[in-house]
Amino acid sequence: MDIYTEILLDHYRNPHHAGKLDDADVFVHEVNASCGDSVDLYLKFDEKNVITNVGFTGSGCTISQASMSMLSDELIGKTLEDVQSLTMEYIEQLLGIPISPGRSKCALLSIAAAKKATHDAMRNK
Amino acid sequence: MKNIQEIKRDFPILSQKINGRPFVYLDNAATSQKPKQVINKITQYYEETNSNIHRGIHALAEKATQEYERTRSHVASFINASSADEIVFTKNATESINLVASTWAQDNILEGDEIIVTALEHHANLVPWQELAKRKNATLKIVPITEDFLLDIEVFNSMLSERTKLVCVTAMSNVTGTITPIRDIVKKSHEKGAIILVDGAQSVGHVPTDVQADDVDFLVFSAHKMMGPTGVGVLYGKKELLNNMRPYYFGGDMVEEVGDYDSVYKRAPMRFEAGTPNIADVIAFDTSISYLESIGIDAVARHGRELLDYAIERFSQYSFVKLFAPKNTENSGAILSFSVEGVHSHDIATVFDQHGVAIRVGYHCAQPLVKKLTLLGTARMSFYIYNTKEDIDMAEEALKKVVEIFKLQ
Repeated sequence: MDIYTEILLDHYRNPHHAGKLDDADVFVHEVNASCGDSVDLYLKFDEKNVITNVGFTGSGCTISQASMSMLSDELIGKTLEDVQSLTMEYIEQLLGIPISPGRSKCALLSIAAAKKATHDAMRNK
Repeated sequence: MKNIQEIKRDFPILSQKINGRPFVYLDNAATSQKPKQVINKITQYYEETNSNIHRGIHALAEKATQEYERTRSHVASFINASSADEIVFTKNATESINLVASTWAQDNILEGDEIIVTALEHHANLVPWQELAKRKNATLKIVPITEDFLLDIEVFNSMLSERTKLVCVTAMSNVTGTITPIRDIVKKSHEKGAIILVDGAQSVGHVPTDVQADDVDFLVFSAHKMMGPTGVGVLYGKKELLNNMRPYYFGGDMVEEVGDYDSVYKRAPMRFEAGTPNIADVIAFDTSISYLESIGIDAVARHGRELLDYAIERFSQYSFVKLFAPKNTENSGAILSFSVEGVHSHDIATVFDQHGVAIRVGYHCAQPLVKKLTLLGTARMSFYIYNTKEDIDMAEEALKKVVEIFKLQ
């Protein structure tokens, strides 16, 4: 199946929420050591733990970067706790394409970054 | 002698479709495909001969033993070893290296000794030596590569010293295809009294191998990279070395005599083959060696070189494609790594896969080497006797698809 849909490639070339957030409440650097995909994720949230803004920079394959871009749209409005229960199936649905086992780490990078960021944020409060 | 189309027909796996397209297999450096003769041999063994070996005195046990030992002799003659006793069967080349590291090297490398490896090494021929150096407080030295992806022999010469005890070098890089000057390296190592272990995982069965002419002390390789089944590796070692090494693991079949508290061990090679081995697959390995000999190893090497030259010719037309191969392909085996500017190697692999072309991407179990070439990993095509120029044409079609999707032109 052709995974390089227009939507995927668009998110890859023109990622949403690109760039760092200067007033971020939390920042994480997540990297896939086995291939070099990486994401720097910045989150801002309010006193009710609802995520109000997202920023990210990164480099890597289309799936890793596009999934971070797509996820960044979805994070706003979610609570820090919500993010802890996100799954591979969630990301696959967002991406709209089947992810083979060989590429699953690429897709999971964004979820890993989001979970780490929200986990750190909750712990630091 | 068979032509390529006839050879291709011997490989049933090649006639399938992947994603609706003809299957093009260009990942031979990872593992090779098997001709039906080898596949049938495994089935035949289990249907007609299966018995445990070296002990039984019934008809099938004797036959199985004979066939197992025939493979051993055949491997010996294939690499021109002086005796079948110099061939030890292991699980794979990695285990063969670990065997040497935990016996010969463990006992003979002392504090302050030097071990030379190269920047071309696969993790199998690097990590065991890293561990050994730490265990024994020995010094690990790494020979770098030149701009042309060749081993820097000048630096190697300067690294050799009176304290060099062991030199470990690949005969052919699984990333750049670089063929190293083994005979010269062996000669210089021996002048310093050092032992040399050669990693032949990519070379044996692809280019001619002659352990006596090269005078190597240890050579390792795997059956599955030369049309044999997985689960069979070889350690070649000079008789006097093997017989002075203590066993790697202990149990039945490697013992001469066993008392309550003490046992006497056999000489090589049985010394290193405790327990029931991978009998069926060792026997089928004999068939793959015969298959290769029927084509002729020189013909295999020549064919690989032709495909490499053709692939370089096609792929070097693209300005955004970078090739990691020596300029003079006389110095390479049939392996070609490349990168595409602006495209992550995982994406290259997926586009190629969608086009039915199987390649390998990433660090190829050689992180130190690949990270020096490009931080994000390379894409790699590797060819064998059943590949054709048409296969490379399909790979180029897939490359054009990468261009189209990622708007590279």
